[in-house]
Amino acid sequence: MLNYIWFGMMAIAVVAGILTGRIDAVTEAAIDMAKVSVEIAIGLIGIMALWLGTMKIAEESGLIRVIARLLRPITIRLFPDVPADHPAIGSIVLNMSANMLGLGNAATPLGLKAMEELQELNDRKDTATNAMVMFLAINTSSVQLILPATVVALMGATASEIFITTILATSCSTIAAIAAVKFLERRKRFAMPAEDANNG
Amino acid sequence: MVEVFLEGLSSIARYIIPALLVGIPFYALAVRKIPVYEVFVDGAKDGFTIAVRIIPYLVAILVAVGMFRASGALELLLNALAPVLNFVGFPPENLPLALMRPLSGSGSLGLLTDLVNEHGADSLFAKIGATMYGSSETTFYVLAVYFGSVGVVRSRHAIPAGLFADAVGAIAAVFFCKLLLG
Repeated sequence: MLNYIWFGMMAIAVVAGILTGRIDAVTEAAIDMAKVSVEIAIGLIGIMALWLGTMKIAEESGLIRVIARLLRPITIRLFPDVPADHPAIGSIVLNMSANMLGLGNAATPLGLKAMEELQELNDRKDTATNAMVMFLAINTSSVQLILPATVVALMGATASEIFITTILATSCSTIAAIAAVKFLERRKRFAMPAEDANNG
Repeated sequence: MVEVFLEGLSSIARYIIPALLVGIPFYALAVRKIPVYEVFVDGAKDGFTIAVRIIPYLVAILVAVGMFRASGALELLLNALAPVLNFVGFPPENLPLALMRPLSGSGSLGLLTDLVNEHGADSLFAKIGATMYGSSETTFYVLAVYFGSVGVVRSRHAIPAGLFADAVGAIAAVFFCKLLLG
């Protein structure tokens, strides 16, 4: 899937760039974005270190296990393949809490930690498990209770009107994400590939 | 009432990070007698490796998205889709943002700024746009970072599910804004 989308975006970009006469901009964007990617990753190092360090303390002190146990009734339904006392559940719950409160800086390191812990349960390291896809889909559908600061700044006084519509819309998209993941994970097309499979 | 609730939420949010940064080591040190400094440094070591590990995935996704955005392909797609959307009641003004949202965070913020500048923050277009922006995440970026950090390249149903959720979110944004704010 990603192979086709990735190639498709670039191929469409080149064709459309020629048609619209913006081929120079396309070239420039490719080179700029390659640089920006590294800047984003490097910028993450400090924040990652801060949160991963703090999380390690939370883990060793048993706090993560307590949090994971509290939300067990929900997580066991969303992530049936992950043992309820696995550290991944704690990280997943913390990542979602950070997202809900609009703490993007904390959410990413927590999410990556959760991914790493989910990867421990994965037999095919290059392929996403059901739990990973579920976790990713919930993350991309966004479960924010607090409007992004940029939106508040832009909208001014109307921001409080947006609050309710945003929560309603984000609830719909999260429910859709969960339903789509649960539905698609059973389809043959998206099954975990056999050892020698080479499509994706 | 909404304002009070909103203010309450964001003032709580202001204290959460400092409370976590102090509260977690406090509990560990005072209750569990854990050597917090040593444990912190040990955990923080992974920050560098994870950040560096995602670079190739980010380059792949962001370059493709950047080329796509710069090429004007989105505008061509818009022209093709506009008549259909008009027919179902989806405002064409909000379509660029709906299509951009899964691709690029900064790009969709730019489009939202355009909507506000052009129609005013009071307009239904701006409200729908802000709802779309706030109710979704940059699907392709999150996928590159999250899966990239563990070296997963076969994403299986992640993209169809993510894009389906984005579409539902965008339609819900239009629906609820028209219903409640229109």
